Amino acid sequence: MNWRTVRAIATKDLLEVRKNRIAIWSILGLSFFLSIGMPLLIGLLPFGSGPSSGDLGPFEALMHLLPSGLQGLPLGSRMVVLMLGYFLAPLFLIIPLMVAAIVGAESFVGEKERHTLEGLLYTPATDLELYAGKVLAGAVPAVIAAFLNFAIYAVVVDLITAPIVGSVWFPTISALALAVWVGPAVALLGVSASVLVSTRVETFLEANQLTGLLSLVIVALMVGQGSGLLLLSLPVLLFFGLVLYGVDVVLIRLGAAIFSRDRLMARA
Amino acid sequence: MTMAIAADGLIRSFGTVRAVDGVSFEVGEGEVFGLLGPNGAGKTTLIRLLAGVLTPDAGSARVLGLDPTIDGSAVRSRCGVLTETPAVYERLTARQNLSFAADVFGVPVPDVGARVGDLLARFSLQDRADEPVAGFSKGMKQRLALARALIHDPELLFLDEPTAGLDPVASRQVHDLVGTLRDEGRTVVLCTHHLVEAEALCDRVGVLAKGKLIALGTVRELSDRLLAASPVVLSFLGPVADAVAAAVGAVPGVAVTEREERRLLLAAADDGAAADAIGAAVRAGGRVVSAGRREHTLEEVYFALQEVPA
Repeated sequence: MNWRTVRAIATKDLLEVRKNRIAIWSILGLSFFLSIGMPLLIGLLPFGSGPSSGDLGPFEALMHLLPSGLQGLPLGSRMVVLMLGYFLAPLFLIIPLMVAAIVGAESFVGEKERHTLEGLLYTPATDLELYAGKVLAGAVPAVIAAFLNFAIYAVVVDLITAPIVGSVWFPTISALALAVWVGPAVALLGVSASVLVSTRVETFLEANQLTGLLSLVIVALMVGQGSGLLLLSLPVLLFFGLVLYGVDVVLIRLGAAIFSRDRLMARA
Repeated sequence: MTMAIAADGLIRSFGTVRAVDGVSFEVGEGEVFGLLGPNGAGKTTLIRLLAGVLTPDAGSARVLGLDPTIDGSAVRSRCGVLTETPAVYERLTARQNLSFAADVFGVPVPDVGARVGDLLARFSLQDRADEPVAGFSKGMKQRLALARALIHDPELLFLDEPTAGLDPVASRQVHDLVGTLRDEGRTVVLCTHHLVEAEALCDRVGVLAKGKLIALGTVRELSDRLLAASPVVLSFLGPVADAVAAAVGAVPGVAVTEREERRLLLAAADDGAAADAIGAAVRAGGRVVSAGRREHTLEEVYFALQEVPA
């Protein structure tokens, strides 16, 4: 594999996405909402008052995840800590998924729509190099965006909660595992699925809609966590990440195996 | 002559449509070869097969001594392709477009800057090299696409409708470029609808219709095969007198096919009959200022071919 070719394709794709205002504003908007807007909104909830114990309703199951030092917080404060630190944390995975999906969906079908695909297919890049370049173009910004947003989210959460908790408590081990272990796996899932879809459909919109279905995985995680059916403890997250990486490997290998220059050109 | 391209019975279908149907031909190194045919004749599919981006259903090809189905990457690294639409990245600048192509085509890293700069200057794009291509005119995009096709100094160029949509000045620049490429010894395959362009630029042409190669050769060869002998044109100093026309028409093996005020067009069986006709015109008092055969144009050949069943 010629890595200069792979890098050139990925760099070119990223340059193109960088100049796609809709894509950039979508990513920035979602990032702002999830990393800053959402924790600020939740931070506005009244906390620090009320009884120190009581029924947390659907979040009761999450109580076991709280560090022992936080168990004695007032009910409202515990609610905020639970929501920001546990219930909403899986929502973070939307960012790598979305970035990967946007760049990935742009990859082949976007080139087809802009009539540049034919020129790309006439280059000496092998099928594998083309595919790898596209996957890299989606994966790198997705992982960077995920890490960056997680860092911002962590700072915002600590700024909001430190006065009531009395210390800097976020990120927890499970949140770190979510960001560092599961996040890249989700990014790879998004990009491998979207590039795969992108080679098969005719329009960017189709590709984006199909890969958007992946966000259901994230929603399922949130519902699972919120309902107490699936508590995202460290072992669960490690296992979940491992499963995702396995799916990623299968999807990437499948994509590379069925990637066909001939088929792409025939449909161009 | 060493062959740059040797195609043998290439067939490619899309669904039930056979886009290329048993095409065989050869193109010598350094030759400018024209591929003619109406839309949907199979010209672009043929280029795609030769460049190894489509695989033939049957038949084979050798391009620069390589099999495109096996060594597609190697073939493409030695070929430049100008596609029918410029296919340049509009969000990128001209320089970024060329730098990307240089990287993908394996131009040595230390040479990329100079190579890109040279091509920008050669195609008069240096003043807008760092602007997004989206703001370029169609002619500028086409020039950029041509520059990209040359970024790796290819031995063989496929130019698919290189002057489509260009104004006469830009078209002339493309024609000059093809002439330069020929002088540099490169092989050029030119797909065009523009028959005058093909006639002026191409050493030989192949005519495709419904995926089949229905004619192959120089314009003269095709003309000789398909059309009657070229007309002899006699031009006179003044109006053609009836006596002159009658004298010419009376020469054995000669018929006056068209009479204009100062010209006679003759169908002459051979060059001897044509010479007799000139003598007869002079003897009858006609003041002949020029005489010669008017070669059939490629356009005449092309339209004659359309009447031949494929």
